[in-house]
Amino acid sequence: MTALIKGQTGEWEVVIGLEIHAQVISKAKLFSAAATAFGAEPNTQVSYVDAGFPGMLPVINRFCVEQAIKTGLGIDGKVNEISVFDRKNYFYADLPQGYQISQYQQPIVSGGTVILDMKDGSTRKIGVTRLHLEQDAGKSLHDQHPSQSYIDLNRSGVALMEIVSEPDMRTAEEAGLYIKKLRSILRYLGTCDGNMEEGSLRCDCNVSVRKPGQPFGTRTETKNVNSVRYVMQAIEYEARRQIEVIEGGDEIKQETRLFDPGKGTTRPMRSKEHAHDYRYFPDPDLLPLELDPKWISDLKKVLPELPDARKTRYVADYKLSPYDAGVLVAEQETAQFYETVAKGRDAKLASNWVTTELFGVLNRTNKAIQDSPVSAKALGGLIDLISDGTISGRIAKEVFEAMVETGKDAAAIVEEKGLRQVSDTGAIEKAIDEVMAKNQDKVAEYRSGKEKLLGFFVGQTMKATGGKANPGVLNELLKKKLAG
Amino acid sequence: MAAPTHMTIAEARKALKAKKISSAELTDAHLKAMEQTRGLNAFVTETPERAKADAKRADVVLAKGEGGPLEGIPLGIKDLFCTEGVLTTAGSHILDGFKPPYESTVSAKLWQAGAIMLGKLNMDEFAMGSSNMTSYHGAVKNPWRRKGANSDLVPGGSSGGSAAAVAARSVMGATATDTGGSIRQPAAFTGTVGIKPTYGRCSRWGIVAFASSLDQAGPIARTVEDCAIMLQAMSGHDPKDSTSADLPVPNFEAAVERGVKGLKIGIPKEYKLDGAPKEIQDLWEQGIAWLKEAGATPVDITLPHTKYALPVYYVIAPAEASSNLARYDGVRFGLRVPGKTLDEMYENTRAAGFGAEVKRRILIGTYVLSAGYYDAYYLRAQRVRSLIARDFTEAYKQVDAILTPATPSAAFAIGEKMDDPIAMYLNDVFTVTANLAGLPGISVPGGVNADGLPLGLQVIGKAFDEETVFAVGRALEKAANFTALPEGMA
Repeated sequence: MTALIKGQTGEWEVVIGLEIHAQVISKAKLFSAAATAFGAEPNTQVSYVDAGFPGMLPVINRFCVEQAIKTGLGIDGKVNEISVFDRKNYFYADLPQGYQISQYQQPIVSGGTVILDMKDGSTRKIGVTRLHLEQDAGKSLHDQHPSQSYIDLNRSGVALMEIVSEPDMRTAEEAGLYIKKLRSILRYLGTCDGNMEEGSLRCDCNVSVRKPGQPFGTRTETKNVNSVRYVMQAIEYEARRQIEVIEGGDEIKQETRLFDPGKGTTRPMRSKEHAHDYRYFPDPDLLPLELDPKWISDLKKVLPELPDARKTRYVADYKLSPYDAGVLVAEQETAQFYETVAKGRDAKLASNWVTTELFGVLNRTNKAIQDSPVSAKALGGLIDLISDGTISGRIAKEVFEAMVETGKDAAAIVEEKGLRQVSDTGAIEKAIDEVMAKNQDKVAEYRSGKEKLLGFFVGQTMKATGGKANPGVLNELLKKKLAG
Repeated sequence: MAAPTHMTIAEARKALKAKKISSAELTDAHLKAMEQTRGLNAFVTETPERAKADAKRADVVLAKGEGGPLEGIPLGIKDLFCTEGVLTTAGSHILDGFKPPYESTVSAKLWQAGAIMLGKLNMDEFAMGSSNMTSYHGAVKNPWRRKGANSDLVPGGSSGGSAAAVAARSVMGATATDTGGSIRQPAAFTGTVGIKPTYGRCSRWGIVAFASSLDQAGPIARTVEDCAIMLQAMSGHDPKDSTSADLPVPNFEAAVERGVKGLKIGIPKEYKLDGAPKEIQDLWEQGIAWLKEAGATPVDITLPHTKYALPVYYVIAPAEASSNLARYDGVRFGLRVPGKTLDEMYENTRAAGFGAEVKRRILIGTYVLSAGYYDAYYLRAQRVRSLIARDFTEAYKQVDAILTPATPSAAFAIGEKMDDPIAMYLNDVFTVTANLAGLPGISVPGGVNADGLPLGLQVIGKAFDEETVFAVGRALEKAANFTALPEGMA
């Protein structure tokens, strides 16, 4: 599906490719044993290697390589048995070696696919060009001193996976879905925590526009856009800006731009900020990275079930809609919660309760599902009461609210508040009779053909029973009595 | 018993064990020689207090009949090796005041073996040079002079301080490094023995990097046997250096007296240079004759890509250096010359901190790696490098080792060749091939020229076959019976 943007000269297609920098989950850095924990005091997690001291040498961290292999397998990419680390040379105060060790011509993973779950239940495949391993740089702190910058090297040398997509996306929404899906896969694999606020996942957006059917236009790269919302904003802004520039008779400059989250706009970086000739060449301190094919195949065997496979299973086994299944599998914790709720129960009913009532409460209280006020077991208990007719769906919502408030289980609340559903025909009949007696004019209208009034009688009778009447029984009896 | 400063390491070791001499006496004698030869400018830093304390400790160990293979032996350390708490400058102003908080693997191994550090030895800045003229700490003088002449000669480089100190008997042996000939050329210029082992034999961890794919540590000492003793202690796999070879270290000392009977020695025709001095050619022929007499068979071989070695080297080495030296930016250690902006600080620091030769090589290296030039220079140089390595692989199907001259001339005077960098680069013409191919090479004094200056012969071996290199080197040493001493050293 292609969404076009209308300009003055007709419709434009937006072409988007994303470069994601994902911080590898690893206790130690890519080439040193220094720690990687987030939020440590500045310069407390720095080895002499990370600080670029004379004579220090990098040694590859096997675990980081394993994480990259798992990620490559997780996006269905080709893990290359030989890859090469290169030096990307440039000067900056937070780059102690004067070069970043990265992979340039021979990355560890080539190709791959990320499948987007669209709102309408369809899917869209986005190609991944490559995934490579590289070192992160340190951090310059410009706000600590009036005239000097401070440097924090804690992040220097931390392992990143740069994941480059093909220019396959056509809308900001797709870009947003791509990041979310990739993030979901990384989190399932345990290779990146996906935390964009802490900078564990960062995104550069390549955007160009063209008239449909025309070759790619000139692209711009917007750097370090640090939330899904900002990525979508940056793309929207950049696309409209480019259309305006072209329609105004100018050309797009291939340039690097920065996103301004305050204004939701992008601006060109100063030319000095990116006028680099990186002088890439293979790092002579490191031998080519050779992977044992058995290691790769062993890792493939122990990969967890990933979101796409889980979604397929939910559609097949639980008979969920692809959309609902997609929502449930996005986070591993949600999927696990759901599976506990659904086990031995009506899977669709379980899905509805998780995605509407539970998500509603979590959103309202700003809680993660791991901290849900209602446990999966308790929610299961509530659904059991619905299924065995103890309470109606409507009462269940009331019970659920009470569960959120009190933390008690459903059965206890039903007992306490006397919410047990009335299926006793005698009691219901009595209530119907009373309602009919009070509304004889409406009974007459109904009997003369205005059958829509059934709803009115259902409501009134339900009200008379305090909502506890079994709706099935009530409906049946009411129809019989109204028919006369 | 010889005077302490005229003993070889092997002799001193025996004397220490037999308690004919103490490490304190041995160390004091060398400290005294160090003082007396200060005029050579071989040392950047002297560490007499530490040496005396360590000698005392060594004597305690020796008294118990214990101790490592170098227990109590006083050595010098090239200033390229990081030594914990001891100034390490790499011969550069830019490392002003840098006292590493760590010890290089190679020097640490020597201390574990019981050796004693007398000080840090002068060198060409960042090991870039063949004369020791590029050192920020000033030129080193060769203890040798031309017969009847007064002009000071260079000791070669970049390990000029190491070679001069060994020749001047102020250290029994010294560590050195060799990127294009920096062990073998100064050894040849000073009548000492120096071996560059196979790339990967010694760890590069803690050695200030010049060109990572070429740099190798090795010893300079006065005999082949002493080099074998030292290299034994310096070698071995180091998990901290990804390019260090995970191979067992053979018994080098045992290989020294193995003899050369039955060995085939390659004589590469490409090492016969047009316009090379006759004394060099004569020495080479003499070497061939000596090995023949000792039972080896000379075999004419061809190493067809030899003529490209020097240009290839002067693309690859500066390329790696330009990147390796980027870390000297004034931010974290060493010299900082302030500026109004970060870029200005970089410019001021590096302008003041690096000497002319280092700047020249950074410029060359930056150029050959630049977009649009990479393929034509760096990539092509790497391809030719593989061809040079293949030449050796082919040759070693026929021969066990290769004999060449070590240098195209004897030591030259301080100030000569300084205005012509290319002429200076030619010093490495016989030695760079071993670096490009990663092979072990030794320089052994073969005799003196008409001016009474020492000349060296080079033996290049197969990868990780230092044993044959030592055996052939020893055969040459024996035949040459090189006993000449620099003036005033008798």
